[in-house]
Amino acid sequence: MTDATAPTRTPSVITKKTEDEALDVVPVRHYGRWAAAVTAVVALIGLAGSLAKNDNLHWDVVGDYLFAGLIFDGLVTTLWLTAAAMALGLALGTVIAVMRLSASPVLYGLSSLFVWAFRGTPLLVQIIFWGYAAALYSQIKIGIPFTEVTFVSWDTNAVLTPAVAALLALGLNEAAYASEIVRAGIQSVDPGQAEAAHSLGMRPALTMRRIVLPQAMRVIIPPMGNETINMLKMTALVSVIAAHDLMSNIQEVYAQNYQVIPLLVVASCWYLVLVSLLSIPQAWLERRYGRGAARSQSNSAVQRLFGSAGTPWARRTKKEAGR
Amino acid sequence: MSQPMVQARGVRKRYGSLEVLRGIDLTVERGQVCCLLGPSGSGKSTFLRCINHLERVDGGTLKVDGDLVGYRRHAGKLHELGEREVAERRRDIGMVFQRFNLFPHMTALDNVCEAPVKVAGVSKAEAEAEAQRLLEQVGLADRAGHFPAQLSGGQQQRVAIARALAMKPKLMLFDEPTSALDPELVGDVLDVMRRLAADGMTMVVVTHEIGFAREVADTAVFMDEGVVVEAGAPRQVLTEPTQERTRAFLSKVL
Repeated sequence: MTDATAPTRTPSVITKKTEDEALDVVPVRHYGRWAAAVTAVVALIGLAGSLAKNDNLHWDVVGDYLFAGLIFDGLVTTLWLTAAAMALGLALGTVIAVMRLSASPVLYGLSSLFVWAFRGTPLLVQIIFWGYAAALYSQIKIGIPFTEVTFVSWDTNAVLTPAVAALLALGLNEAAYASEIVRAGIQSVDPGQAEAAHSLGMRPALTMRRIVLPQAMRVIIPPMGNETINMLKMTALVSVIAAHDLMSNIQEVYAQNYQVIPLLVVASCWYLVLVSLLSIPQAWLERRYGRGAARSQSNSAVQRLFGSAGTPWARRTKKEAGR
Repeated sequence: MSQPMVQARGVRKRYGSLEVLRGIDLTVERGQVCCLLGPSGSGKSTFLRCINHLERVDGGTLKVDGDLVGYRRHAGKLHELGEREVAERRRDIGMVFQRFNLFPHMTALDNVCEAPVKVAGVSKAEAEAEAQRLLEQVGLADRAGHFPAQLSGGQQQRVAIARALAMKPKLMLFDEPTSALDPELVGDVLDVMRRLAADGMTMVVVTHEIGFAREVADTAVFMDEGVVVEAGAPRQVLTEPTQERTRAFLSKVL
């Protein structure tokens, strides 16, 4: 603390500046931040200690199941389900966003209907609907409506396995939300960009793909990162149709041994780990699509936590950087 | 035979109840430079945007190199063209915008290469060589790898000119190309345009640079309230205007 307040000596003999020029700048001191940081750390250590000593949490059970095979199987399912549902959601959502912005009333109407239906009903209902679709239609047929003509048909239960049903439910629901995010991104791009592309002879589809969407990505990525994190946790809902994701398998275990809380701690640990890992590709994507945008670089979370102006550490590094 | 490059007959355009073009007649011959002057809101930018169909014409005919822009005449009626045909006709018409409208996610070189590669189907290597040559022509050979945000306004506008030239247009449209620039950067852009005119490019230029119009233009056109007030040789229109409205405008801007 003391070295932060001590003025740095200026080598006035070497520089031979006048006294006014040689004056050092001392940034505002944030004593409140130091006090708050100490308080917060003490409180957090206290909380961690109390959790560690709590016997009701059965840490031994947590330890037993944290790396259990069944949990890993569920983890894998959760991961691919998240990835596939997000891919489906983003691809379909982009198509729907473009349709909603289209001048064609047919495309606009159909896309609006889709968003209305899939955003307007609870996801849990949609999951159950897809999971039990066989109860509605035992066969899936492609043919001419209102006639007996059928080209192909499948048995619904064979096609809509729990995994497929989960993927469809999550992906279609996500598409409705993603389409609104993509639409906002597209609308954030200066119309002059499309005009410039058109004036070069680029057709609307090419303009969208090469000029508008890459620029819209900057606006799309942060909320889509949010959506991905949300999706990771929403996959837990597919346990209602036994899709064998992480949550399904956790439930299966505690239905047998009644250790509900320890197993939920196991689940939470893994969800936290996965969400933390997801922030890495997001940061990479933001840099990738931020190219050529502003000259300023945003600071990383670590820099923000430990490098704020006013701490002695930050002052020293700034001085070294200035040399 | 020699068709005029741009031929407008009674071109009309309205936004709702506001009529912004009220019958424009204008001819620009091949290889000529035509400067459109006039107060803001006079319709000169709108007319320029009609030439490459960025704006739809509501009445009259507008031909570029003998072809109707954005329409096909069939059985005494004008049919609007589909997006593919419109895009095809725009390839021959280069346009430079007031706010440059460079693609910010691409380097200067990629900005210039984009249309030749993706629209004209030129090979990447060939397009890059040509783009490098065009950037050199506008004095920016050493800025090829820079993103637009790293360039000054004047440099961005010169990249935009190179980008338009990359499609080898037969007509260049300039929409107030120097209005968004710092005064000291205007000269570089005007120099490039001057050289382009000297090379025989047909140009339609909406501008407030009276000096440039007087020096470079073959025709100066003064517009106000959606009509052509006066057109002719720049020496005549800009120094001895016959119309009172032109005189009043010039006395304010000079």
